[in-house]
Amino acid sequence: MASPSNNPPLLEVKNLRVEFPTRRGTLLAVDDVSFDIAPGEVLGVVGESGAGKSLTGNAIIGLLEPPGRIAGGEIRLEGRRIDNLPYEEMRKVRGARIGAIFQDPLTSLNPLYSIGRQLVETIQTHLPLSAAEARTRALGLLKEVGIPGAESRIDHYPHQFSGGMRQRVVIALALCAGPRLIVADEPTTALDVSIQAQIIALLKRLCREHGTAVMLVTHDMGVIAETADRVAVMYAGRIAEIGPVRDVVKHAKHPYTKGLMGSIPSLGVRTERLTQIDGAMPRLTEIPKGCAFNPRCTERGSRCLVERPDLMAAGTSRAACWLHDRGGVGVPIPKETVDA
Amino acid sequence: MAASGGSGWLHRVADSDVWWSFKSSPMTVAAAVATILIVALAFLSPILAPHTPFDPATLSLSDGLKPPVLISPDGDWAFPLGTDDQGRDVLSSIMYGTRLSLVVSLAAVAVAMVLGIALGLVSGYFGGAVDAVIMRVADVQLTFPAILVALLIDGVVRGIISVKRHDEIAIFVVVGAIGLSFWVSYARTVRGSVMVERNKEYVQAARVIGLSPLLIMVRHVLPNVTGPVLVIATLNLGLAVITEATLSFLGVGLPSTEPSLGTLIRLGNEVLQSGDWWITVFPGVTLAALGLAVNLLGDWLRDALNPKLR
Amino acid sequence: MLAFILRRILQSIAVLVAVGLVAFSLFRYVGDPINAMVGQDTTMEEREQLREKLGLNDPAPIQFLRFIGNAARGNFGLSYRTSEPVGRLILERVPATLELSLCAAVFVLFVGVPMGVYTGLYPRHWSSRLLQAVSLIGISLPTFLIGILLILVFAVMLHWLPSFGRGDTVHVGWWTTNFLTWSGLKALILPAITLGLFQLTLIMRLVRSEMLEVMRTDYIKFARARGLTNRAINFGHALKNTLVPVITVAGLQLGSLIAFAVVTETVFAWPGVGQLFIQSVQFSDIPVMAAYLLLIGLFFVLINLIVDLLYFAVDPRLRSQGGGARVAGH
Repeated sequence: MASPSNNPPLLEVKNLRVEFPTRRGTLLAVDDVSFDIAPGEVLGVVGESGAGKSLTGNAIIGLLEPPGRIAGGEIRLEGRRIDNLPYEEMRKVRGARIGAIFQDPLTSLNPLYSIGRQLVETIQTHLPLSAAEARTRALGLLKEVGIPGAESRIDHYPHQFSGGMRQRVVIALALCAGPRLIVADEPTTALDVSIQAQIIALLKRLCREHGTAVMLVTHDMGVIAETADRVAVMYAGRIAEIGPVRDVVKHAKHPYTKGLMGSIPSLGVRTERLTQIDGAMPRLTEIPKGCAFNPRCTERGSRCLVERPDLMAAGTSRAACWLHDRGGVGVPIPKETVDA
Repeated sequence: MAASGGSGWLHRVADSDVWWSFKSSPMTVAAAVATILIVALAFLSPILAPHTPFDPATLSLSDGLKPPVLISPDGDWAFPLGTDDQGRDVLSSIMYGTRLSLVVSLAAVAVAMVLGIALGLVSGYFGGAVDAVIMRVADVQLTFPAILVALLIDGVVRGIISVKRHDEIAIFVVVGAIGLSFWVSYARTVRGSVMVERNKEYVQAARVIGLSPLLIMVRHVLPNVTGPVLVIATLNLGLAVITEATLSFLGVGLPSTEPSLGTLIRLGNEVLQSGDWWITVFPGVTLAALGLAVNLLGDWLRDALNPKLR
Repeated sequence: MLAFILRRILQSIAVLVAVGLVAFSLFRYVGDPINAMVGQDTTMEEREQLREKLGLNDPAPIQFLRFIGNAARGNFGLSYRTSEPVGRLILERVPATLELSLCAAVFVLFVGVPMGVYTGLYPRHWSSRLLQAVSLIGISLPTFLIGILLILVFAVMLHWLPSFGRGDTVHVGWWTTNFLTWSGLKALILPAITLGLFQLTLIMRLVRSEMLEVMRTDYIKFARARGLTNRAINFGHALKNTLVPVITVAGLQLGSLIAFAVVTETVFAWPGVGQLFIQSVQFSDIPVMAAYLLLIGLFFVLINLIVDLLYFAVDPRLRSQGGGARVAGH
């Protein structure tokens, strides 16, 4: 396991804010998010859809879709600030220093070009190799990601591969130029359950071998528990809790994380029933005052309705919850049984 | 009670996304204003037009070929946009001509809409051979541009009816020819929607309790396709105006005794070489403005009702 | 792949048969071929004899087959209007129309596609917005009006270009061409622009919207994430993916250029088949109308076949379908 404290961080995200101007006003989709990733570390980012986890990933690779934009904070890769780079400079970082894997391997590949061509093109964009050398490297990558018969399949088109095989090709593409960090956005969601484990194992093995750090964005707590070194839990655009994966899974500090953990079935622990969090994450237009989670929280108090908690130390993790503040949550306010 | 209901309706309209997208597009607002203006001027032409240009009794050859007032000192304020070689006031001709163009186009779109919706319902509901025949006819017809289909229909009618009678029924021939050349898009839209609805449970249920499924289809499918049909109809109206003008320009549309915009442009074109451009250009500008305004409205409507398509 | 092409050829034949049926019905039932061939004083018996001799009393399917057979040999009977053989009338005028349509097509593709790519890549730039607005005017202006305005400006006012006719033409075998004389080339400019402008705006808008669509796809986003250069993304990945729909519509549009030539030829007194067709509609000259219909149908079918073949060149997904080339996934 990587020990983040000893090394300078590979990626630093500080007070990141991502905005979406809409006709009804500007939405703050990512609100004051900070975290680090150490070299070779796997950071899991979980949360419901709309929690801001994919946007955070897109902001890091510099591909926020307009009109979304970074409104504040900074992102540093290997100490160099990358959130304000001109397009052409950032292009040279993408693919070369940061690789990306997207959710759906079926749509990530250009259907009109052979996978070999797409690999060679990516390699030659970032590395000073001849066409023949690039092809040799591409073949090596395909073998490494476990494409059987790589020599014959390199000239095949994406539609000739299954979903799992295509995601392997996508991983090969992300690794083309030997990046230091891979941002993987729901890399297994679109795949069959039986193939998900293979892909996760492959990703984990490759990154260990290459010393590549991973930011693994997913809503699947099971995948995180298996793969990540540390995990960040996002809720309504903010980080609710961040810490070593074992601690967060076993001893969740934020009531939201507790609810999230209660909702995954586990073979080892015998539980009577899976718990479920009542209600839904608020829309970005109607985030409540105080703690964004307070309408769904079973442990809330008067303070949670008025004051917004920032991340604070909670055991080995950090959680954004007044439960861990010396002042506490104030007068307990039981949650209404029926949500409007 | 009624008043509050009325304002509630107004409020709903004012708050809707469609209205918002309308307000926020100055082009669309301009197009709507232009359309309303042109339509109003056209239909009020008997009241507003300074002359009745196609009543020979009011014409005087001595008024012939007067240029527009703002451009030449020879102009006459009685004929602000000038006159043609017969002494007809160009402005009045345009107003009456626009009215005729609009009537023909609206009627043609109505014909196409009724025909297309009916065939689409039948095709989608019965399926099988009926569907196959209707859709193949649609395919073949789509191969040819609408103007060609309309020309062909016009030519066939001329073959059947004597030339003298043809002038009397020319307006119906044009309406029919344009209507018949536009039905396909309605039929396809409605058919698609019917095919989706046909297998839904409520249709099955209606069948079980003995209601006429066709009645159910009409009641439930038609509301579903109102949006797309409205979009097609608006875009078609622009096309119909242009098609009618083209037919009349080619001399196979409306006769010169009852000139539409296209006929006016053709008559003006015949004397264009001598430099009397205003006889052609003003009806042309009117036609272009009308076509553009209606197309802009259609484009906007399509985007507003279907935000996925941009 | 072969099966696909075979199916398309069969469909094309079906379309041609349908068009032939319409043409035949026009020829046989709307017009009366006898009237065109005999004078006023021909007796009923003579007419009946002629009818029998021409096979007009045979069952309709046989007559239809004979009609198609004749058509295939270019024999469409005599024009009602000029009493000349329709086949020859059309053949004389085909070069004028084809040369005009070809010039318009070149104009459309070489101006419309780049404009569409540009406005699709930079949709927010002011020049794109301007082009988009102007293109809407292009779509809303009827072809004949564009022609008239061009004549007014470039012929009547500026005297730069001729306003009607083909200018001097040169015979190359039976074909007459505009391309070999200065006056012929000059005469082509205004009609070709007039004919092409409407299609040009359509193609431009189509390429633009396809481009916008493709730029939003995952594989373009992934190509960006791979750090490819803008050039590689825009022209290597995006443009090629827009080609499939663009080829379809462009093929149909270019086919309809030949049909739209009807209007342009009338405005510019261009001696092509379109002008012939208008005259035949005005005089209800049924044999010419029927022949024109078949000719246009043939052009459309040919263009559609070419479009289908182009798909194969562009899209590998089609190439492997049914051809046995599909390899098992895992």
